[in-house]
Amino acid sequence: MLKSQFTARDWGSNPKYLSPSYKSTILRSPTKPLIPLKQTLSEITGPVFGHHSIKPLDNDLTQNGITDGREPLGERIIVSGKVIDEKGRPQRSTLIEIWQCNSAGRYIHSNDQHNAPLDPNFFGGGRCMTDENGYYKFYTIKPAAYPWGNHPNAWRPAHIHFSLFGPAYATRLITQSYFPGDPLLELDPIFMATPKSSRNLLIKQFSIGASEEGFALGYNFDFILRGPNATPMEN
Amino acid sequence: MSLKQTPSQTIGPFFSYGLTPEQSNYPNLSSLSTNSLLTGSTIGEEIRLEGRIFDGAGDIVSDAMIEIWQTDAEGRYPDQQSSGKTNSNFSGFGRCDTGVDSQNKYIFETIKPGQIDTETAPHINVTIFMRGLLLHVFTRIYFSDEGRSNSADAVLSTVPFDRQKTLIAKKVAGVTPVTYVFDVFLQGENETVFFDI
Repeated sequence: MLKSQFTARDWGSNPKYLSPSYKSTILRSPTKPLIPLKQTLSEITGPVFGHHSIKPLDNDLTQNGITDGREPLGERIIVSGKVIDEKGRPQRSTLIEIWQCNSAGRYIHSNDQHNAPLDPNFFGGGRCMTDENGYYKFYTIKPAAYPWGNHPNAWRPAHIHFSLFGPAYATRLITQSYFPGDPLLELDPIFMATPKSSRNLLIKQFSIGASEEGFALGYNFDFILRGPNATPMEN
Repeated sequence: MSLKQTPSQTIGPFFSYGLTPEQSNYPNLSSLSTNSLLTGSTIGEEIRLEGRIFDGAGDIVSDAMIEIWQTDAEGRYPDQQSSGKTNSNFSGFGRCDTGVDSQNKYIFETIKPGQIDTETAPHINVTIFMRGLLLHVFTRIYFSDEGRSNSADAVLSTVPFDRQKTLIAKKVAGVTPVTYVFDVFLQGENETVFFDI
């Protein structure tokens, strides 16, 4: 039986572990070189999540956190796109999980001490599976910028956190997606830790076509995961 | 022509209500996977796997997410790419938020994985995410009581001998359930081996 290995992580596209302007990397980044591992069955297999594990409102953050019958405050948006590999092949039935702060820049997480208000009707977590063509869609509230302690007057640009699996342990990805035209991007050490040539891959594109008339503006955001290597491996 | 891969970004400090909601006491969402891989009908030797993650200053990381991926007791992955069929009721996948335990340990209840083939010792694949890691790290957990198969393992043998010990979980004597401890050191003299896979 022949199985495919996956292409290497793209070191020209990904941030380096040590990016000193993002201070938390200083004590948390590995200092020794990674040891190359020739992929085995352990790396080319991966967990499987069934469509049955997703509930109807899991991809609708404008509805799944309502506690007092009213909708969350803020601007409704639609974030949709597709998950493909480096050759453009759709990644079907793969799990996407998201989490974000509310329209005031506050996370529901108990460790978030920013004194912006919580919204009793916004939770900020959701998930969905890609369809048979690799497409996904979320309804949410546009997140806001918020301050953080990295350096004086430091602000995170508005972003949504995304977690994806893809077909294998090797294709795991956690990232953040930003909004076009945000002046905070070039001041953000997390965004700026990404090589310049791939930063645009972290920014959503406004799409009037993805908008729903009278309801919400749409943004497009595609994910490109590691794909199978051209050379299959012999088992 | 290949497209560029979407870059990784840090998981940040506030992931738990989205990724480990039940374990981290955010009941709005159910957890798709937890730190227990046992279903009540899982076949194999039940084990507890635990440890802490240390940063370069020796402080314990209280905001990491650790994921594991492993075979069943017969060395089979529950995946289409896997050549054999796994016993049902074993997902092979677990997740833990280190912010929950009072000592910030990660703790998994699982079964001891089997052996895939003669060149592969029983092991658990580990992915670690945290604030300050812009890109997750991959490592593997081997077992201290599998000396013979460890010495024949094709991956472990590529690791410099003096660093192999950073990949071996130590069995704790005389406790039930059988417990293995595996601490992760992000930096320093005993820095854990992380793989480029």
